[in-house]
Parts: sequence; C-alpha cells; structure tokens
Amino acid sequence: MIAIALTVNGKPVAAEVEPRRLLVDFLRDELGLTGTHIGCDTSQCGACVVHMDGVSVKSCSLLAVQADGSQVTTIEGLASDGDLHPMQAAFREHHGLQCGFCTPGMVMSAIDLAARVPEPSPADVREWLSGNFCRCTGYHNIVQAVMAGARAMSTDG
Amino acid sequence: MHPFDYIQPGSVAEAVGLMRDTADARFLAGGMTLIPVMKQRLAAPSLLIDLARLAELRAISAKGGTLTIGALARHAAVAESPVVQARIPALASLAAGIGDAQVRNRGTIGGSLANNDPVADYPAAMLALGARIRTDRRCIDADAFFTGMFATALEPDEMIIQVEVPVPEAAAYQKFEQPASHYAVAGVMVAKAADGVRVAVTGAGSGVFRMPAMEAALADDFTPAAITGIAVPADGLNADLHASAEYRAHLVTVLAGRAVAAAMGRS
Amino acid sequence: MQRFGLGQPVRRSEDPRLLTGRGRYAADVRLPGEARAVVLRSPHAHARIRAIDTTRALAMPGVLAVLTGADVAADGLGEVPCSIRVNGRDGQRMPRPGRPLLAAERVRYVGDGVALVVAETLATAVDAAERIDVDYDPLPAVATIEAAVADGAPPVWDAVPDNRAFFWQRGDGDAVAAALAGADRIVSLALANNRVVPCAMEPRAAVGAFDAATGRYTLYTSSQSPHGVKKGLSAHTLNVPEEMVHVIVGDVGGGFGTKIFHYPEEALVLWAARRIGRPVKWVGDRSEAFLADTHGRDQRNRLTAGFTADGRLLALKVESFANMGAYLNCFGPAIPTEMTGCMLSGVYALPALHAVCEGVYTNTTPVDAYRGAGRPEASYMLERLMDAAARELGLTPDAIRRLNFITPDRMPYRTVTGPVYDSGDFGRRLDAALAKADWAGAAGRKREAAARGSLRGIGLSSYVEICGFQGEDATIRFADGGIEVLVGTQSTGQGHETAYAQIVAETLGVPFDAVTVVQGDTDRIRTGLGTSGSRSLPVGGPAVKRAAEAVIARGRGFAAHLLQADAGEVRFAEGRFETAGGRGIDLMALAEAATDPANLPPGETVAVLDATARFDLEASTFPNGCHVCEVEVDPETGRVTVVRYTVVDDFGTVVNPLLLAGQVHGGIAQGIGQALMEFTAYDPDSAQLLTASFVDYALPRAADLPAFDIAFDGIPCTTNPLGIKGAGEAGTIGACPAVINAVIDALAPLGVTHIDMPATPEAVWRTIRAAKTAA
Repeated sequence: MIAIALTVNGKPVAAEVEPRRLLVDFLRDELGLTGTHIGCDTSQCGACVVHMDGVSVKSCSLLAVQADGSQVTTIEGLASDGDLHPMQAAFREHHGLQCGFCTPGMVMSAIDLAARVPEPSPADVREWLSGNFCRCTGYHNIVQAVMAGARAMSTDG
Repeated sequence: MHPFDYIQPGSVAEAVGLMRDTADARFLAGGMTLIPVMKQRLAAPSLLIDLARLAELRAISAKGGTLTIGALARHAAVAESPVVQARIPALASLAAGIGDAQVRNRGTIGGSLANNDPVADYPAAMLALGARIRTDRRCIDADAFFTGMFATALEPDEMIIQVEVPVPEAAAYQKFEQPASHYAVAGVMVAKAADGVRVAVTGAGSGVFRMPAMEAALADDFTPAAITGIAVPADGLNADLHASAEYRAHLVTVLAGRAVAAAMGRS
Repeated sequence: MQRFGLGQPVRRSEDPRLLTGRGRYAADVRLPGEARAVVLRSPHAHARIRAIDTTRALAMPGVLAVLTGADVAADGLGEVPCSIRVNGRDGQRMPRPGRPLLAAERVRYVGDGVALVVAETLATAVDAAERIDVDYDPLPAVATIEAAVADGAPPVWDAVPDNRAFFWQRGDGDAVAAALAGADRIVSLALANNRVVPCAMEPRAAVGAFDAATGRYTLYTSSQSPHGVKKGLSAHTLNVPEEMVHVIVGDVGGGFGTKIFHYPEEALVLWAARRIGRPVKWVGDRSEAFLADTHGRDQRNRLTAGFTADGRLLALKVESFANMGAYLNCFGPAIPTEMTGCMLSGVYALPALHAVCEGVYTNTTPVDAYRGAGRPEASYMLERLMDAAARELGLTPDAIRRLNFITPDRMPYRTVTGPVYDSGDFGRRLDAALAKADWAGAAGRKREAAARGSLRGIGLSSYVEICGFQGEDATIRFADGGIEVLVGTQSTGQGHETAYAQIVAETLGVPFDAVTVVQGDTDRIRTGLGTSGSRSLPVGGPAVKRAAEAVIARGRGFAAHLLQADAGEVRFAEGRFETAGGRGIDLMALAEAATDPANLPPGETVAVLDATARFDLEASTFPNGCHVCEVEVDPETGRVTVVRYTVVDDFGTVVNPLLLAGQVHGGIAQGIGQALMEFTAYDPDSAQLLTASFVDYALPRAADLPAFDIAFDGIPCTTNPLGIKGAGEAGTIGACPAVINAVIDALAPLGVTHIDMPATPEAVWRTIRAAKTAA
C-alpha cells in the first residue's frame, strides 16, 4: 500500500492505496464520487474523463498513485454554490444529453477544449470529441452545447 | 491487474538503476499503452518505474537545424508547441492526430518510440525525418532504432532521454485510420531534406519501413505524379478484419502521393 | 403554463442530476456489506462441459461462493424463457430453448455463463474465476447463417438437427405467384441486414439483496422493463411469488432494446445474496457486454417483386433467414417474423405479399430486438427495392415512390400485411424532405464534387413504422406540497420525466416544477410494461392524461364540498375550480386543504384527489417520414462521408420538440453506423467474436457524423387520444436505406448497382474496382 495525498474537487484527500488501484475506481468507490463512469475496457469511450492538474484525462487509464500531489476535478466539482458551470448549463439548454452516462466525461472533455480554443468550430468540436462516445444523441446537440458552453465560458472570463 | 510495486525515481540514473536491478520491471511514461495492456492482463510487471518526476525530460527546444524533444514530452505539448509548429509543422500535426485529446494529454513521444507499435504514428515520423534517438548511454539513428514488431534497439534497461530531429525543407504525414481504433491502417510520412527525400510507412507492415523506390523518384521530382506508379508489394503487409494486405498496399501509394502534395503546399 | 405545455421545448427535469454526477445507475448502488460477483464465461463457442472443479477457487481467501449450473439445478432455479412460440415448416411445435442461468452440460456460444464467483472484492472474484478448472470437450461450431444451414452443418441443438429454429410465413403465396407471372418486370434483390451490437454506453449491472426475515428479494438493475424483470424472476428463474420480488431501476444509460429482457445475472445475484446472506453486486464490463448482451438484426433477405412497365408495384415475395444465435431470446423469433412482416407494405399500396422466414441457430450471442426491432429491416428491404426498380425501369427514385404511395384519401388504409394505417401523407413528407434537402440541386453538387475528384451521391427513403402496444396505468398523487406521477414505462434517456410532467402540468394547470415523475420501482408502481416499441408517449401519455382528468373529476367534488356548492356548478380551468359566482380554489390549495381531516368530505381520506387511470391502446400508431442522405465517396480510399442529412417526420402531436429531435438524431446515428461502419465478425471456424471491443467494433464518433436537418410536420394520430404517434425508433428505420441508396447513387456512374452494409472503405474500394474491371 502506498500513501497518497491529493486534492479532489478542492478538498484535501489522504488515502492508502494499492499501486494497481485505478483512479476511476478510487474516485467512485473510496470517495463515493460515482458521477465518473466506466463505459469500456479499452480506454476509448471517455465516460471516465476527469481533470487532473488542469487537463482532461481518462481516469480509467491512470493509477491512483499517479494522482498523488495532484488537483483532480470530477463532474461533482464543477457547479459552485448550486449554480451550474456554463458548460453544464449549455448542455441542458441544448439537450446535449439523453441517458446521461457519457455526459460527465463529455462535459469535462468539452471544458478542456474550451480552455484551449475559446471559439471552437463544429469541426473543432467533432474532432476533439473522438475520445468521447455517445450512443444516444448522435452528437448533433452535443456540438451545439459545446460551442455555446465555450462562448459562455469566454464571456465569464 | 495483477499486483505490482510502484516507485517514482528522482533521476534518470536512479530510474535506469532500478530497471537494471529489478526483474520484470517496466518504465511508466504516459501509461496510455501500458496501463490498458496491464488491465487486460497481457502484461504483469513486478515493478512500475514511474518517470513522472523527471521534469527535465519534458523540454522542447530548437537550435540551428535541429529540433530537440524530451522523451517525456506529451503529444499535446508537441502538437501545441510554437517551436515545433514553426520548425516542423508536419510533426506538430502528426502529434495532434495521435489517439484522442485525453491520450494526447498523457502519452509521450519516448513511450511511443520505445513501444514501437506497428500502427503508431511517431515511428514513421522519426524514420522519415532521419531523427536520432538519444538514450541515457548513446545515440541511435532512427534507421537502426526500429528493429521489428514492438522491438527496438534499446537494451533492456536503456532509457530514451530525448529525440533530436533535423529540420527538413518540407514534410507531411497522411494517415488512414481504422474507424474503430483510430490507429493507422496505413500512414506515410514524407520528408524532403537537403540530402534527399525519405518516405516512411507505418500501419501497413510489421513495423515502420522506408520506400527506397519512392525516395529515389521523389528526389528527382518532388511531385505526386512521380510516385503514382510505385507500389509496395502486398506480400508481407498486415491483413486483418479491417483491411486486407492488398488494400493497405494501395493506400500506401495514395497516402504517399497526398503527403507529397501536402508537403509541397508547405514548402 | 403555456411555456411548459404540449409542444414546448421544455428543458429536462432529469438534467440537473445527470449533469452534476448525481445520476444513480445500477453500478452506483452500494449496499452495506455487499460482495462482488463475476461470471465465468465459456471461451468456446460450442463444447460439452465434462466437469467443473471449483476447489482452487473456493480455497482462495475472500471467496464467498462459487456456483455452477449444478447448483442452479439443485436449488430448483429455472431458465429465462423465450416468450414466442415457434413452429416448423409443417406447423409442428418447435423447441424453445431458453437461456440457462449457468450452462450445465453444454455451452453454445462464446460468453455463455458457466459459473458465478462471489468474493469480498472484485479483484478477488476475478482472480478466483481464473482458478476455476472447467474441463471442456470442444464441439464443432457454426458462426453464420450460411454455415448453419449448409448440408452437414453441426447442430447447435440436438433436437433441431438442421439448425432451422422455426418456419414462419405470412400472406398469399398463390396470389403473389400469379401476380409475378403477370408482371411486366420482375425485380430481384438479395440483401443482408448486418448483425449489430447495440452498445448502450452503460454496461448492464445488477445488485441483489435478500431479506431472510421477510423472504423478499430486492434487485437494482439496469433495465427497460422493471415489471418484466419481476415477472421473469418470480415465474421463471427464482420461482417465488411475485410479492416477494422488488425490482428497482434508477437511471439507465441507454437500452435500445437490449435491456428489455430479464437476464441471467439478475437472478444470479439475488440467488447468491440469499445463499451467502449478503448483498451481491455484479457489474458487467464492456467485453462482457459485447458477448452477453443481445445483438440486433442479422437477416438475409431475398426479394422478388413484380412491377408494371410504368412502375406500379404488383406483388412482393420475401424469403428470409434470420440468425437467432445460440438460444431463443425473449422476443427474438418475433423480430424477423411478425415485426418485420407486418410492415412489409411500407408506405406503398402493395396488393399482394408473401413472406417466408426461417430462424437459424448459430453458436453466437442471442439476437433480439434492437431499436426498430424488425421495422428497420422491413424499410431497408422496401427502400432498396424501390431504388433498384427505379433504376431498372428508368424512373427517378422519387417518381416511383409517388406512383406507389398510399394516398391520404385512402386513410385509414388496411395493408395486406395486417396493420391499418390511421393517417399519413407520404407524398407531402417526400416533397418537403426533397425541398429541404435541395434534391434538385444535387446534380450540380455532384458535378462540383467530381471536379474535385470526389464521387457525390444522394439517396432517400420513405418509411412508415408501427408503434405502441397494450396499455399502462398511471397514478397521480399529491404529496409533500407537490404532485407525483407514477407510471410503468421506463426511461433510458428519452426524458419521460419531463414529457409526462408537461402533460400533467398542462392538464392540471399547475407549475411544471411541481410535478415529479416516478418510475422504476415495482413496489411503488403496481403494473407496467416498460419501454420498448416507442410506446411510452403513445401509451403512457394518454394514461397520464386520463389520470390527470380523473384528478380533476375528483377535485371537482372536493372543491364543491369546500365551496359548499353543487359539484355540477363547479368548473375547472387553468388550475382552478370555480363556481358560477366566482368563488374558487386553486388545485394546489385544494391539495393543501386535503391534509387537514376537518376539510374532508365524509368517507374521504387525505388521498381525496389522488387518481389512477388506465389507457389501453386500441390500435398501433404509425409514425412516418422521409430521409434524404447525401454522401461523398473518396474513390481512392473508398471512404464514405455523409455530408448532408435531412429528415421530415410525421409524429402526430409533438409533446416536446427538443426531446423529439434528440430521438431522431440518435436513431439516424445508429442507422449511419450500421450502414457504413458497424460490422460484427465471428471467426468462421471457432465462432469467436472477433469484434469484441471498441478497438474492432466501430461505433460512430462525432467526427463520423454530420449535423442533422430535421423538421416535423405531423397529422395527429386519429386512434390516439393525444394524437401522439411515437418516435423513439424512427431514426433507425429511415436511415440505413437512405445512406446506402446515396452510396449507390454516388457509384452509379461507375456501373455500381448494389453494395451491402456496412459500406466500409475497403468494401467500397473493392466495389469500385470490380465495376471498373467489369466495364
């Protein structure tokens, strides 16, 4: 077992984990943050995407020990004081989710795109989301939502 | 995954020492290949040597006609680096097309090269650009580095420190992706330098390979027309559910022509 | 009120929890003391099980149970049955092998469950599963329809030596033969409808608990049909009285048909929980989902159609084989027979039909309903046929369709296939779609593309489909200052919580936010048939509306009592009960008043306003529309890109256009996936599933799809109280033929007249090469 200390959604977390413990399982099981989902076993689907030290990563392909000393943000950590993050609000406004299973990873991935490309084009969005699978929406509304969310994020400054 | 030990060394020497002294140890760079493979129980190292603390290996710089990229530079960093974009835009563009956004945020050039997956992108780039792979103990030319499927010239405990890439006059990479995995069914990098043209193919064979016939034709006449009649034999090329050897052979010529056109557009 | 009523693009009630990570999917359930389960699955497609030695697994610390098919039998558990009776060629009853909870003597497909391991941790359970020694005696296996029906093919079931699971036919063979004999032109087509893996993003999961004190089982599961699972457990697999089973479904991450059925793992976790005295959780992983969740489609169809010289369709003969997989799944045999067959007229005034279908056993994952369930197969056949006939007869694709459409003046129209269409103006939808897609400009766009070295094509499909079945109860109750609506359908992403709330809010004149929809709990909701066949809005909608109307009726009486007026004098409008004299009370205030016993009329309780109503569908509904797809083919690589996609749909009354468009988008995406990308490959010798992960099974990503241009222009359904036709599956029903017709149109200048799905890059490249060689 290895002792790790990290910040998750702004709160300090200390734990002892086996090296083989995946970050996604640590978040879901040890921390009870079940908003991050597992949708595949080949590191492709993106349901598990969280932010680690400011960039989007697949938590199913990271060991919890690799997150030692890091800042991790999950979907549960986005909204502040009961207000939705602009990207979350955009997804709701544009009906960018149906079953919601891919949604946390999709939103976290979209926020990373918006941080790099403040006004992404539809093609930018579609290319960026190659690691975020959705079987429900056909992506049409997701693209609208991401573009709107990016605009809202850049307005917020 | 099977259980294993885990350590984060503070220096290259320490990392290499651990590898030398431990049976069944593996270096952990970005983990974008190793962790999925371990999850499938296809690899079960006894010790993971996590290189995360070796920040000095993430640097990207250029001097004279050489671009130097640290082994632990992430694909996203290479793709977004103004230095790479200015000197070898084809390399930035190739890095921007590896995997997906989250893979690019973690995966590293050193990890990719050491793994030498026959469907990876970076091996084609290093071979076409005539790069040198500098390890903790020597410098290996790209032509000597890639030795076979998932095999390199690296010694068991040897670690890549950086790659040194000569800046070409013009270069471009064209890849045809397998629609499910997004790995290269075939990928061709073409690079024109003062001393000639190099054409490297990935995805189609058991490892990255050059196309001497195309290189000679393009040295005379750097246009797509120069190579439309040059094919790689289908014999010995990969064949699977997604693409026959014949189709791959055909794609190689198509992609090479498109790469030349794109490189012409850049020069 | 109007802002949240019918027809309004109300933003979803589901979203706040789903967007903030507070959804509750089955794998998120954590019960105190829960143990983890893993299913050991057969690596062989066909084998006898000589022996299973669990000694080494049981010896591992932390292992709580290792159970096999022998234990299943010893405890008197049953199979998951097939609900559909099947007959043979002579009308004789054929065997109906259901799915065993765990295979005992023989495994019949790779993924067939052989043992259940329960342990303290998942890692221990996985390690223990690797230590179970199963002595298999491998048998020859058949992976495809063609292999299974070949002479001398090894039987999947000894009782069915020729692997022909059933023989079904419908229609008039003599009339069709006569019509074909008299036809000016015969058009023949051999089609394959490729097997697809539905791939909902949430793999199935089940958490089971048993209360020894009460003898009750509680199951949390990912399902489209909580009551169906309950019935399956009580009547078949666990063999216990229904009141002993409580099924709870929270949020479900997509279903698309695969989650309609009761699955073995649901019974296994409950049984294991009883045996070890602790809750047991099983979470499928994606590889398991590929193997153990039902697949879709997989038919081969041979069409023979008779036309007049000017293009009128006279008769259609369809001869089909349908892959059932290794077991007959719950509704599996119904999909290629009744569900496909009933829609083989499509939008056309077809005079005569003869359809024959043989089900085929193979050593593969069982096949059952997948979004559309038979109707996409039917529309694929008809819409490919119409384009083929148009080419052979020298007509345009739209002209031949117009000639054959059932016209509005003939509604309601009784088809030769059985269904009676209540309404539909197929020509109008076609006109609108062609205009919206700028069909007229396609030729110019083709020329422009050709100048760039690209082959551009446009294709269309006109579809009609059949939705809804049986009935639903709906209950409305007032509690905690709000309104609860309880209904037995089950959302798996469609947004029923929002749509039903809109109906109730509008009918009762109450705030939208005051209405909460409750689903997925068999203790709280007495009956239900879940969601499939796009039934929730056409069936659940009127049920909910009737319950709201019953609330108003009861409210009138209570309000009259409080207002000391005659019930007959009290009117209800916009959420308020009023007398002629202008005295009145709001419904929500009335609900508040009901909480004080002093206010109640004699004999009434606090539930004075609560009401339950039932709606039984008298007739199915028939959504319909027109899809237009435009593609560009890179002739050097064969890659097909969908560059434009247009749909005009008739869904009757629209409850929420935002949700409705989302359903169409998702269906189109699945259709494009099947048409261009998704293939399910089995090794011909070993029957191993080769496409068993997303590395090999190509699910469409955002960059594989275009934006969609959708419009609704509906005729209210005349047989539905709300005029709703239903829409969940329509996108998949129209899409495949539109895409393939477009690809063929793009390749037509090269002499290509046919390509099968999926039209992958290499398949297209080879088709182009063959055409060039033939030329």
